[in-house]
Amino acid sequence: MAKGYRIIEGIAMADLAFEAVGETPGEMFEHSALAVESAQVDLSTVKKVISKDISLEKESIEDLLHEFLSEFVYLKDAEQLLFSDVKVSISKGTVWILHAKVTGDKINDKMKLGTDVKAITLHEFSVKEDKNGWTARFVVDV
Amino acid sequence: MNPETLKKFQKVGEVVWELPKTFKEGMRVPARIYGTESIMQDMDDHVVEQLTNVATLPGIQKYAYCMADGHSGYGFPIGGVAAMDPEEGVISPGGIGFDINCGMRLLRTDLTENEMKPKIKELVDMLFKMVPAGVGARGFVSLNNAQLHEVMVSGAKWAIENGYGWEEDLERHEDNGVIEHADPDKVSERARTRGINQLGTLGSGNHYLEIQTIRKGEIFAEDIAKKWGITGPGQIFTMIHCGSRGFGHQIGTDYLKKFTEIMPKYNISVRDRELACAPFQSNEGQDYYHAMACAANLAFANRQVILHQTREAYKAVFKQSPEDLGLHMIYDVAHNVAKLEKHTVDGKKRKLMMHRKGATRCFGPGREELGKIYIDTGQPVIVGGSMETGSYLLVGTKKAETETFGSTMHGSGRTMSRTKAKKSVRGEQLQKDMARRGIYVRTTTFSGLAEEAGFAYKDISEVVKTMEIAGVSKPVVALRPLGNVKG
Repeated sequence: MAKGYRIIEGIAMADLAFEAVGETPGEMFEHSALAVESAQVDLSTVKKVISKDISLEKESIEDLLHEFLSEFVYLKDAEQLLFSDVKVSISKGTVWILHAKVTGDKINDKMKLGTDVKAITLHEFSVKEDKNGWTARFVVDV
Repeated sequence: MNPETLKKFQKVGEVVWELPKTFKEGMRVPARIYGTESIMQDMDDHVVEQLTNVATLPGIQKYAYCMADGHSGYGFPIGGVAAMDPEEGVISPGGIGFDINCGMRLLRTDLTENEMKPKIKELVDMLFKMVPAGVGARGFVSLNNAQLHEVMVSGAKWAIENGYGWEEDLERHEDNGVIEHADPDKVSERARTRGINQLGTLGSGNHYLEIQTIRKGEIFAEDIAKKWGITGPGQIFTMIHCGSRGFGHQIGTDYLKKFTEIMPKYNISVRDRELACAPFQSNEGQDYYHAMACAANLAFANRQVILHQTREAYKAVFKQSPEDLGLHMIYDVAHNVAKLEKHTVDGKKRKLMMHRKGATRCFGPGREELGKIYIDTGQPVIVGGSMETGSYLLVGTKKAETETFGSTMHGSGRTMSRTKAKKSVRGEQLQKDMARRGIYVRTTTFSGLAEEAGFAYKDISEVVKTMEIAGVSKPVVALRPLGNVKG
């Protein structure tokens, strides 16, 4: 899994199922976000010219990931932004805390666009930790 | 479908397959799938899992249904239908989908295929320019917050009153283009921000705007076709498939999260988090219902604005007024929605909360909801096939009301995943192949085009035939593609 994420077959007939991995939760979140963006655009065609900061807090890491990925779906419609660079730091205290810096560009003619992601579903949504690190599985509605 | 799973079904009609309540713990009603032997054999196993999960939901009446175009989704299968008791039952966003009131609209014309052929590229290019499509597309209608509020409440009526359509269009909508009980106060700021700039946009995935015609021998109900403004083979039509865009997607997302949090309060547990639900009469259930109605109305308005742009495109290309070109709407149907409808259960008339996800209402003759245009014939049902093979216009039957709570198919249904389809053909090649076969396609994404290749879908004619054998809908005409704007 060179990119840190891959499409999983056999889960979603009309939608897209992804698996993303990382040695740390932050790295797994980064790969998960790039997986969502990769459905919508060829990431190599997204210039890194606009940055946004995202901060979130949630009680569970599953909710944190779902909220984080939903933010990309929101920014695509609300601000016409797609991102090709995602940096995430995550800490765990009484709750899970995320700070991210995401960089990309406004949707434009130079981008090789893919399919619009409508939502991050909860279908088969999972986050797991094992000796190799962290793995997330999720399905996006397209 | 796994042959062992298929063996667990009892065939209760020529095309009706039933799983008893004993199939899975917690099922409150049996599950029914419509299909020929070959449709059943090809159906993916997840449909059975998802449909029998639906059968466990509180308040479900008679059966959990899956139409013949069914395939696995999330929560409900696509093609899923469930009638809920509004007093004791639940409402579930997973029974509607994120794309609230995704639906189909059909426009007739007086043009013939011979008149269209020399102009098809010009028309498709014009539509591609005038109806924005694809990832994050913005529409040409600029709304302020007050106008967005009106769209949420008034649906297609708002669009028509603001110059995007004809007065006669309104009665050619399911529910006259406005679903009652919309309450904008139940819609989040995020949904408003996502949706405010998207009116008049197609979206992506399987959404499209298609120029179609009728081949010889493919009018199946001549009397009805004539009453609906269908003149004969070679006539030109335009079909529109899209929904409530980011606005509806956000409402689905907002309430799915809310419902997962509040279910313990109501002692509800579900087998799939995408089936998260709330009692319909609870505050949360009512809030979702009122917000969902806002999205359904925005979707009606969206398709109405696209219809207006379509008429303008025809006018520009054919240098004639839309009135002179006979650009009358036939009908607009929702295929992802939940609504209160009157049905008869065990001889008693009751209101039920009908969930249809990838399924279409198909009322037969005599239903007052159809208005004066369609009360005698039954409801037009617009079903979209793949962009290569074509679509159908059907009519609902009286039998549908007792058989499936007045519900039928919505399309042909996928049999191949998007990833597999993309591996099987390149979008650029598919576009060329389709052009050779007389179908001119414009797309915002070649990878997306490949995902929608005809071989990724079931044979729509077999699905139509199945629902005809079941007696719930009958074909009126088949519609073959000539040109397509693919989102």
